[in-house]
Amino acid sequence: MNESAAQKRYLRRRLRNRRLIRVMRILILVLFLALWELSARLGWIDSFIFSSPSQLIATFSSMTRDQNLSVHIGVTLLETLASFFLVIVAGTGMAILLWCCPKLSDILEPYLVMLNSLPKSALAPLLIVWLGANMRTIIVAGMSVAIFGSVISLYTGFRETDPDKLKLIYSLGGKKRDTLLKVVLPSSVPLLLATMKVNIGLCLVGVVIGEFIGARQGLGYLIIYSSQTFKLDSMILSILILCVIAMALYGAVSLAEKKCLRGRPS
Amino acid sequence: MKKILDVRDVGMAYHTVSGEIPALSHISFSVEEGEFVSLVGPSGCGKSTLLNLIAGLLVPEQGSILIRGVPLEQSSLTIGYMLQKDHLFEWRTIYENVILGLEIQKKKTPEHLERVNRLLTEYGLKDFRDARPSQLSGGMRQRAALIRTLALDPSLLLLDEPFSALDYQTRLNVSDDIGAIIKKEKKTALLVTHDISEAISMSDRVIVLSKSPAVIRSVIPVFLEIPNRTPMASRNAPEFKTYFNRIWKELNDHE
Repeated sequence: MNESAAQKRYLRRRLRNRRLIRVMRILILVLFLALWELSARLGWIDSFIFSSPSQLIATFSSMTRDQNLSVHIGVTLLETLASFFLVIVAGTGMAILLWCCPKLSDILEPYLVMLNSLPKSALAPLLIVWLGANMRTIIVAGMSVAIFGSVISLYTGFRETDPDKLKLIYSLGGKKRDTLLKVVLPSSVPLLLATMKVNIGLCLVGVVIGEFIGARQGLGYLIIYSSQTFKLDSMILSILILCVIAMALYGAVSLAEKKCLRGRPS
Repeated sequence: MKKILDVRDVGMAYHTVSGEIPALSHISFSVEEGEFVSLVGPSGCGKSTLLNLIAGLLVPEQGSILIRGVPLEQSSLTIGYMLQKDHLFEWRTIYENVILGLEIQKKKTPEHLERVNRLLTEYGLKDFRDARPSQLSGGMRQRAALIRTLALDPSLLLLDEPFSALDYQTRLNVSDDIGAIIKKEKKTALLVTHDISEAISMSDRVIVLSKSPAVIRSVIPVFLEIPNRTPMASRNAPEFKTYFNRIWKELNDHE
């Protein structure tokens, strides 16, 4: 490759910029942890309430030993993934149904808007009474947070399909079914993936809310249990694990998105 | 010569809450087998509506459309429709794009696929079979779109300003190219355009439409005295300017 000096300078500057961002990100984390540890040791903050990194590491190993921490993590992950996949299937299905019958969507619109704006945490206690304190309820709670928004955004996306592309299908002798299968669904793949990226976080929110109220396992249960027994170390640890899970799930969906959209121009 | 298309006293209006918008009124004309006819008119005069009616995408409120003497809705003949943009799907390869019609009509027989392969080879797209549409130039994309239309072996081709999305230079080349392909495949074509030069250069007959609601102003047969007429060569024919002025006058006289 024959690059000009200016091009080389540009590439070098870009690389330096990206490196700087990465270093700064790590630095913030390290500084935060160091400051936290230091202020706990020097008594600037009460380590009983605020805990400290070293205490959290000790708590992590003791909880792994005594309280089956990995089971709690696994349960929360399983419930989140289950509600996530059910939301994709049910949400896409309902959006297709609405697209197929525009009259139905006109009729249902105010109800969908209402259900979407309703704070889903208000539903959780009701779900426990209706469905019992079990994993099924938690999964439904997770779904309830994401499903209505997904239906609305997918349906809106379906409707925005270029009318000329639909006309092309009709001009080739296709019916409504062909427009759905050949144009609407394939052209909505990027939208579906973007919706999935939002949903994975929302499902986690719903699952933790559900676990707060009616569970014997999971990180949400651990948080409530620790607050009631005033074990702030394990409470903060559970929250930190939730942070890691949220990051990891989002990262996984983003990776899947990149894989699926490879070769498609943005 | 046999009439392939017969449009009889067709009228059409669009309905909105604020009122009725007439688009076409008393349109009658016919197209003969193997002919290339252009419809010229100002933008928004209802030319595309007329093509949508002939393609069977809309049903006329008045009048009737006959295909080889049979009412359109009972006709079994295939009508090909080429839209303004190529609308090649980026999630399909060129090959998958051109067989879209065969796929929809469940006609992916060896015989039809053989035809598609011949068209791809003949018109220089063989090496791009597995390419994505974004890898092709504007002209090649338009050619792929034409092959997608021809794959169904239509008896009548409708062209709705198929070159209007291209830049001028590409546009001249592509219209030459597409014109040659249509002639070689011996297809009957009906072209809608607002470009007078394009209409004269490609057609055997030009039908001039008025502003909305469209009525037929005049029908002008085009005879150019040049050997081996192609759209590009037609532009240099001595009579070209005369035809241009005549159509220009027709379009403007009734302002």
